[in-house]
Amino acid sequence: MMDWTWFHRFGSPPHFYRIAGKMIPWFAWLAAISGVAGLIGGLGLAPPDYQQGEGYRIIYVHVPAAVLSTMAYATMATAAGVGLIWRMNVAHAVAASCAGIGASFTFLALVTGSLWGRPMWGTYWQWDPRLTSELVMLFLYLGYMGLRSAIDDTARADRASAVLALVGVINLPIIHYSVDWWNSLHQGHTLLKFGKPSMPPSMLVPLLLLMLGFMLYFAAIVLVRARGEVLRRERNARWIAELLGAPS
Amino acid sequence: MHWLAMGGYWPYVWPSYLLTFLVLVLNVGFAQRSAQRARTDAQRRAQSAAVQQGRS
Repeated sequence: MMDWTWFHRFGSPPHFYRIAGKMIPWFAWLAAISGVAGLIGGLGLAPPDYQQGEGYRIIYVHVPAAVLSTMAYATMATAAGVGLIWRMNVAHAVAASCAGIGASFTFLALVTGSLWGRPMWGTYWQWDPRLTSELVMLFLYLGYMGLRSAIDDTARADRASAVLALVGVINLPIIHYSVDWWNSLHQGHTLLKFGKPSMPPSMLVPLLLLMLGFMLYFAAIVLVRARGEVLRRERNARWIAELLGAPS
Repeated sequence: MHWLAMGGYWPYVWPSYLLTFLVLVLNVGFAQRSAQRARTDAQRRAQSAAVQQGRS
């Protein structure tokens, strides 16, 4: 039988606070190394694209931002679901911490996509299925944050926003498969497709490094935010007083 | 200069990178500020609770 002790230990605020504090520097340094290596590869070493020339280099920030926007939503919804089912306060804190970061990367994906679209498609914006579903995700993030800030009681805000986050999960497969299900201006799957990716390694490796860098960066920032959120929620707890050095 | 011109695509490539840099830096700034605020608030509460406990 599987041992779930680790899972329940993560639900303990002091344990989470301590472990997160230890993990942040690791994630941050690995993100910096991976990101700088990817940037050097993407901007300096990768050859120009035979069709798009140097303009394709926008993908080195656009694709990681777009991947992170959906990953942040999946993380937020998972944490919200865990918080809702197991009534785990730490999980709600993690979900709340994901929203702002996810929204900013969704915005970044939309703007960098527009900047790529202008020279390649001849327009900054099209009501294309991929672009529209990504925009819907930005509104879901904004709705989640708006709902949280509109409810004063934290427990009620947690529950209501968790339901919204879970309902919004329906948008994730729509974003992913929109290029298959509908006629789309947006190019099809390049990385996640059967067979091999349709990019040479000299272009692909920097992209994968930047994607990894963005994911590690996300992990570090979420943990910084979640630690703050845990402190806010637990501010009257005895362990906080002990941790911050005040006599309890 | 040739590299900076990005084959004529510089008005699209460099703003993308600049915006990405801004988003990365702002997220770090906001996260640190919010964590610091929570820490200061918790510290103040812990100290005032300790003072009240000492009085009673």
